[in-house]
Order: sequence, then C-alpha cells, then structure tokens
Amino acid sequence: MTQRLEGLPADVLCGYLEVGDDGVVTSANDEFLRIVDRPHDEVVGAVSLSSLLAVGDRIYLETHFRPTLQLHGEVREIAMELVRPDGTKVPVLVSADMALGKGGQFMRTVVFEARDRRRYEQELLRARRAAEEAEGRARRLAQTLQQTFVPALVPDIPGLEVVGAYRPAGDGSEVGGDFYDVFQLHSGEWVVAVGDVCGKGVEAAVVTTFVRQSLRALAVQWDDPSQIIRALNTAMLQHGTDRFCTLVVLRLLKEDDDWLVTISSGGHPLPLLTTADGEISEVGASGSLVGVLAQPGLADARYVVGVGDSIVIFTDGVTEARGEAGSFGLEGVLGVLEAGVTSAGDLTDNLLQQVLDFQAGEARDDIAIVSIRVQDDADEAPAPAPRADVEAKDRALRALQELQELERLDEAE
Amino acid sequence: MQVLARHNVAVSGVEGAPVIVFAHGFGCDQNMWRLVVPAFEADFQVVVFDYVGAGGSDLAAYDRDKYASLAGYASDVIEIVEHLDRAPVTFVGHSVSTMIGVLASIERPELFDRLVLLGPSARYIDDGDYVGGFSSADIDELLESMDSNYLGWSHAIAPAIMGNEEQPALAAELDESFCRTDPDIARRFAAATFLADNRADLPRVSVPTLVLQCRNDAIAPLSAGQYVRDHVPGATFGQLDASGHCPHLSAPAETAAAIGEFVRA
Repeated sequence: MTQRLEGLPADVLCGYLEVGDDGVVTSANDEFLRIVDRPHDEVVGAVSLSSLLAVGDRIYLETHFRPTLQLHGEVREIAMELVRPDGTKVPVLVSADMALGKGGQFMRTVVFEARDRRRYEQELLRARRAAEEAEGRARRLAQTLQQTFVPALVPDIPGLEVVGAYRPAGDGSEVGGDFYDVFQLHSGEWVVAVGDVCGKGVEAAVVTTFVRQSLRALAVQWDDPSQIIRALNTAMLQHGTDRFCTLVVLRLLKEDDDWLVTISSGGHPLPLLTTADGEISEVGASGSLVGVLAQPGLADARYVVGVGDSIVIFTDGVTEARGEAGSFGLEGVLGVLEAGVTSAGDLTDNLLQQVLDFQAGEARDDIAIVSIRVQDDADEAPAPAPRADVEAKDRALRALQELQELERLDEAE
Repeated sequence: MQVLARHNVAVSGVEGAPVIVFAHGFGCDQNMWRLVVPAFEADFQVVVFDYVGAGGSDLAAYDRDKYASLAGYASDVIEIVEHLDRAPVTFVGHSVSTMIGVLASIERPELFDRLVLLGPSARYIDDGDYVGGFSSADIDELLESMDSNYLGWSHAIAPAIMGNEEQPALAAELDESFCRTDPDIARRFAAATFLADNRADLPRVSVPTLVLQCRNDAIAPLSAGQYVRDHVPGATFGQLDASGHCPHLSAPAETAAAIGEFVRA
C-alpha cells in the first residue's frame, strides 16, 4: 500500500520550492532556505528564482530551462548554481515540473546540493579538455611533419612537366612515411625521388625527414641513382634506426628534345613508362630494401625518353589500396594509363582520384604519386624561383621544435 | 536548395499567401515557435528555420569567423529570404533574432515589408544612462560559466527529451535536438549575442516595425524594449501581459494575437 503524502517533511534533505507564473518564489522548505542561506521572508513572496541564480544560470533558465519545461511539462537534473548573500555559490541539481494550483500554473522545483558531484564533473571536464588539447597538438604536429615530406613547390623544369601528389592515410591525424622530392643538381641534372619509410607515427616521421634530407646531400656526392641509394643505405645503418625504407631515384639529363633517365629502385615498386604512342612498360632496375643489408644489391637502368612520353612513380598506398572490389593493384594503375596520358597533372590527379574512389574516399595508407611528362620545347615554362627549399626548411625546423616540445611533455608525464 | 537544408527550413501554411518568417533566439531552435505557427497557417505561408549551430542545422557549415558577430547571422537570413524568392516578407524575430532582423532589413530593405521584434534588446550590457539589464561583469561571468558548466550547456536537457515516457507523443513530436547545443557553438553564439551593441543601427531601420515587450523579462528588461521603441523610426509598441522571456511558449495565444494584429493590418 502506498500512502499519499500530503507534503514533504520540513527537515528532509532536499530543497523544495514553488515558483509562480511571474517567476516569484511562492513557497520554500527549510533545506532550500539553508542552501540559499536566507530567511523565509526574504525569499518567499519576495524574490524570483532567477534572482537567486548565478547570472549564467539566469540566462540558461530563461533560454533553455523554461522553454523545455513549457514544452515538455518537466525538466530533470539540470546543473545550476545558487548564490548566497555573501556571494558564495552552491552547486545544485534542479528538477522541475508544472502543476496547476488555485492561482494557475506553477513550477514545482526540487533542488539537491551537489558539491562533490560538481567537483567530480570539473575533474572530468579538465581531463577531457586536456585530452582534446593533446589530440589537437598531435594532429598539428602530424600535419606539420607531413608538410616536410614533400617539396612545398615542385620546381618548374624546362621541357619537363612534373606534378606530385601526397595524401596521408585516414583523416591525416597520423603521420605516415611516404615522401617525394624533386630538385636540381649543380650539373643542371634533375633528381626525382619517391619513397616510403616503413611504419607510422612520430618515429617513422623522424626517419622520413632524415631520409629526404640525406638524399639531397648524397645526390651531390654521387652520380648514379644506385650509388645514391647505396650511400643512403649506409647512412640509415649508421643512424641506428631499425626502420627501413623503399625508394626509387630518377636522375634526368636533358639532351636536345630528349631526356636521358637513369632509374634505380631500392625495394620500391618500379615506375611505369608510357610512350607517346601508348606503350606501357615498367622501368628501372630493382634492388634491395634500404637500411637493412650491409651490402645491398642495387643497379641502374638507363632510358631515352622523348616528347610525349611520361613516367609515373608511386608508393604502395596506390597498388595496395583495398576496396570492395579487392585491391587496386598494378591493374588499376594500368587502367588509368591505358585511358591515355595527356599531361602529368591529369595523370597524377586521375590516379589519385581513382585510388581514393576505390577506397570510398578513406585512404588506408599514405599515397604519394609523381608524374613526369616530356614536353615540346614550345610549351616550356619559365625558370623557377628557388623559394621552395627555404619554405621546406622552415617547416622542417618548426616541426622539429614541436616534436622536441612533445617529447619534453612526454618526459614530464 | 543548399541554403534551405543548411538551415533546416520548414514551410507550412497557404502556398502563394504572404510569407511570414519566424526566427528563434539564443538557446533553442525553430521548435520555440510551434505553438504560435498554427495561428498563421490559414492565411500565410509560414517559414521557420534553425540558425547554423542550432537544432537541425548543418553543423558542418559553422564558421567561427562568420558567426563571431550578428552580421554573419543576418547574412544567412538574407540568403534564406532570397532563396524563398517571395520578397518582401514579414520577419518575426525573438530575442537576439530581433537585432539579426534589424541588421538584415538595413542591409536589404526591399526584402522585408514588416519587422516584429519580440523581447528585443539592442544592447544587454548597461552603458551610462542606458539600462540593458546586465553589467559587463555579469556577461563575463556568463561566458565563463558556459565554460565551467560545459556539461550543463551541452547535455543537461537531453534526458528530459529522450526519456519523457509519460508524454511519448510529445517527445516523439519534438526534434531530439531541441535545446541541445554544441557547447563551443553555444558559447560563441552567447558572445555574439550578449556583447553586441546595435543601438546605432536602430535609426537606420526603414521597415514598419512592431516592438513586443513582456513583463518580468530577465533577459530583455522593459528599459531595453523602450529604447528600441524610441529609436526605430515610427515603431509601434505592444506590451504583452505574458511574463518571462519566451511568451511564444508561455502565452502563445496572446503572442500570436499581438503579432497577427500588426501583420494583418
């Protein structure tokens, strides 16, 4: 048998008050008066509930609490703060519903003091904020680092159209190891490199930056791509990282309308050459992974590439892309090439788009693509402004500083 | 179509009839108007919408810079009215929407034939003789409390909406997003609202305007409503018997009658 209560016991540990249509408190029990630390006559019939609240809650009461109450007939568990005459604030939980009395509708309101719960919530909130901040920092770091994996600007090469693309895996918050670079040597020759450092995360990123910067230095000392890769292999072994990379290096020398291209691959998928009349073939000499063996097997292959010929270089993020239809594979790349190559820009864009579409827009792995196409002398572009390197260096420096900061934070924890 | 989806625009009433647009204020969304809208559906084409960040709007369209000031919201109102392609329209704004409507009508007067300002305030913070109802410290405290009462602003209302088992019909009828706000967006909207000063804009209104004032409005006091009345050229003033900041919920019949008298005149 349940007994119908006539009213709340006066000394129950739950604040209770009634609020009239005009917002004024029409009745309040002892516990509520204790919470707001005011005598009966200074509350009941004297003030509005709103005036007892902190200003933020006053606005919340009008813009959220009352509208919900009016539309639903009740509101539950709203966190608010009541203000005592001395200015101290008491965190409370408020539930209310509407009831009909002699004077019309009124609000029946129940108030619980909730100091401990609020403290706990504040702790949770702080932890959540800290987590959000850390996440944001990690993402910014990833993005900054990733920007150093590719040149800010691919330089204009007279007679050669070169267009690169890079897409990090997923939403870009994790750093991968794909990179590419295009730069000129003192001799007037050009070097194009595309590579992939194994693994992901900050450590892989550090190695990626190391590899890309080392390549530039070593390309000055050594002529053949296989020699450059061999020297990089030594540098990686000396560096002490247990990460390895795959890499393809092209060295390009202009001779009249043609380009002499020397290609060596260290464990990397071979580039594909498409001639002006549409013939497609793998180019380059395959060799060992870089950073594993003391005596890697590496070789060079040489080609003469003419006007209208193109070469596409890519990482395994392209061929190993997986979708509902299986894996993109070499067949996918061939499909793009067989559709015809009209410019390096279109080739890079088409291939990237198809790989992304194949994976429904969400890349599982990093993707790096560089396309090269030999142009007529007629559509030669003007000489490049050497800005790219300065910017890339700046970014690398910034990334390094962020990294050091992150490491300091890690150590501090 | 993009604009209509972005703002979750809902159209009801008589097709081809004069258009009346109801704009919600800071806090909830277009559902605030649900008790008033039926009073206009017989002789108007009624349009309600959500500002970006509120209700069923496209949150992806939220742009911190654009919505840092009321001008960003006003440009959305202009876009909505342009898309309706039925100008000029009657614009009824509540709370902060009153000043958004004022700004939109100044920018593009040809799009509006009447303005109804329900519970307007051109500035919430007191300034010399001007009484907005809040001190500068109050508003700082508000913005700060929105930070510290993060959970309250984001999710406190949700259980009441989801778990209203005694009134399942009502609960089902209401959009689940009612009054739920991304706390970050709510804080930015609060800053844009409560730090705004649109007093200098009022004399530039050239559209017939009705100012409706409630009793005991804790957000927009009588002095704020009177200021708007005195500074919008030729404004009509109506004092509602309803009390509180949301007469369209607490006294929908009276509110609809007061709006109706003006817009049907």
